[in-house]
Amino acid sequence: MATAAAELDHPFRQEARTWLEANFDPSLRGKDNAMSAVDGPTEETPEQKKWREAMGEKGWGVPTWPKELGGGGLDRTQARILQEEMARIGAWNPIGGMGVMMFGPTLLEYGNDAQKQQHIPGIVRGEVRWCQGYSEPGAGSDLASLQTFAEDKGDHYLVNGQKTWTSGGQWADKCFALVRTDKSQKHAGISFLLIDMDAEGVETRPIRLISGQSPFCETFFTNVKVPKENLVGREGQGWEIGTRLLQHERNSLSGGGGSAGRMNAGTTVPEIAKKYRGTDAEGRIADADLRTRIIKHEMDQRAFALTLRRAALEAKGNAGPSAATSIMKNVGARITQDRAELNIEIMGMQGLGWEGEGFTEAELAQTRSWLWGKAVSIYGGSTEIQNNVIAKRILGMLDHQ
Amino acid sequence: MAVLNDEQVMLRDMAREWADNESPVAAFRKLRAAAPAEGFDRDAWGAIGQMGWAGVVIPEEFGGSAFGYLSLGLVVEQLGRNLSASPLSSTAVAASAIVMGSSDKAKTDWLAKLAGGEAIATLAVDEGPNHDRNFTTTKVGNGKLTGTKPFVAEGDSADVFVVAAEDGLYLVARGEGVTVSHRSMADERSHAHVAFQDAPAEKLGGPELTAAVLDRAAAITCAEMLGMAESAFAQTNDYLKQRVQFGQVLSTFQALQHRMAKQFTELQLMRSAVEGALEAIDAGRSDVDQAVSLAKATAGETLRLVSREMVQLHGGVGMTDEYDAGLYLKRATVLEVMWGNSAWHRDRFARLNGY
Repeated sequence: MATAAAELDHPFRQEARTWLEANFDPSLRGKDNAMSAVDGPTEETPEQKKWREAMGEKGWGVPTWPKELGGGGLDRTQARILQEEMARIGAWNPIGGMGVMMFGPTLLEYGNDAQKQQHIPGIVRGEVRWCQGYSEPGAGSDLASLQTFAEDKGDHYLVNGQKTWTSGGQWADKCFALVRTDKSQKHAGISFLLIDMDAEGVETRPIRLISGQSPFCETFFTNVKVPKENLVGREGQGWEIGTRLLQHERNSLSGGGGSAGRMNAGTTVPEIAKKYRGTDAEGRIADADLRTRIIKHEMDQRAFALTLRRAALEAKGNAGPSAATSIMKNVGARITQDRAELNIEIMGMQGLGWEGEGFTEAELAQTRSWLWGKAVSIYGGSTEIQNNVIAKRILGMLDHQ
Repeated sequence: MAVLNDEQVMLRDMAREWADNESPVAAFRKLRAAAPAEGFDRDAWGAIGQMGWAGVVIPEEFGGSAFGYLSLGLVVEQLGRNLSASPLSSTAVAASAIVMGSSDKAKTDWLAKLAGGEAIATLAVDEGPNHDRNFTTTKVGNGKLTGTKPFVAEGDSADVFVVAAEDGLYLVARGEGVTVSHRSMADERSHAHVAFQDAPAEKLGGPELTAAVLDRAAAITCAEMLGMAESAFAQTNDYLKQRVQFGQVLSTFQALQHRMAKQFTELQLMRSAVEGALEAIDAGRSDVDQAVSLAKATAGETLRLVSREMVQLHGGVGMTDEYDAGLYLKRATVLEVMWGNSAWHRDRFARLNGY
């Protein structure tokens, strides 16, 4: 490709290389804070903190966000070059979490100047952690049924209700929430509100999952006062804003095949199969049926990687994520789950350990990621909901009359 | 859709327009009824020759345009959408063997004619009902080739054959020592049993050339499969939007919507894999073999899904000859077998990766 050659000589490449070499301590290679992509930076070592602060100052954790709000102000080509240069020296992005993946891009689109000034810089520097107040016990896939109510009290809203599946709610500083401001209308009665998690009347209770982890909370709001200026967009515009945010979420979740790879620290399923199941006289994975299914999975993953690449090339210059991200989300979820199921099948009892003696760390992690992986076809809009999106928005199939 | 240059966009649009206007499925039905011995429409082939599509992978010095395999794939995909019957794929791929081969005489004798559609060429490779690159008993001695190829696509009309023998690929012109007999297959296209008995043969290259040409054949077959899958899917989607049952249009039923969403999702992966293989060939990448096996295995599975769903979701009428679903199903299944089915390519992909 002609552009690729031109990019090699791009003046930004040298600038990025020089800065990264001056600021990324090679001893941090491979020492990414595992949860930073999900919850934002947690439990940092002093070296990790120093790296985050340097990247935060530079704005390169969110390279394409506007410079005046602390972002990198780079164009897409520069951002790609930055990514390549980081990969070249094993540097990782210390700035992450829901503020980066979902809330920030949405606020840049819908927030007013004061809101952007107030909230974006904290996300850029990785200092403020955000959580998502969407789902409720009675409003999961049917999200518009939500009941948490924000009553207009003149200079503030008084919020009452309960949210659930609040990822990282126990560690978050702030919450972007969908709340009802009008009980007479389903979709048009919803507003997008920003709530301080340390405000009086906010309480979180971690939920324990089948994997043994508690990354989610139930969150209760009891007479929580929220200033009026924390309303994003207009009253009643929440559904539109919230839907846009979900597209950003799907978009960031749709790399599932890739993140599944990370769980195994670079070890492929065929490699695991050879190690645990042995090989036949020709050096092939011994169990023929298993081998076939493993290869199907590997091919699925390759085709998915090609599709992500194709989508990126085709999307050049157009604006943000589209309904096609539903496809990526579903395939990514399927691949993540297939991979975990195959690994469990390959390892047998050794892949089902819960804790303690007799299992390696990798084996125990496999058990947990297999169970945790069951969530990926549920969160961010279940596979069934994504299929509805594909059928209605892309294929033009109709609503049931 | 891969990112295309202006020439490719023009080529694709032109091919699509021609296929829709001049060679819709109705044209294939007409051909089928007329049942000419050669298995395609001479006028349509003449037009294809004039438009230069047979020369897309032939160098300019021999009358081609050297646009490459992604470009050829774009044309074949459009023809696949409408089940257009023509010897384009087989001629182009056989020509590629001559282009890559070492015989200057073969290049001079044949390439210009093939580029202009004046001659038809095809591959004669397998000796059994399934693709098997390691099983070839065809022998050549003193420039004479002897062997039997029981399933040769477009064999009924080919003027020249690219034949796989034990030690590589040979060029054999129709005539002395060549006996062709038609085989009637489910897709009602041209397939022939071809026997070579001391036929004069010219060597094109060794086993590496055989492998390279077969990968090109498989990749171009994938492009036809892609066009068929896109079209079969679109027709099913349209049908569901107009067919009423229980007082509802079928497309309002969630159970059917989810089946369509699944097929659409698989189609996206299929397109990426197929275009990826064609791009790998054009770029001369060292992993063409892997890219092609990924494409053929994926294409086989997806077209199988979409063509079977086409019949099922059309209900009873999907079983009738009057509707097109059966035509897609039958052609899909022939192409699934051709140049290695999904299982064969998965196995090769695994071996190439050391699994």
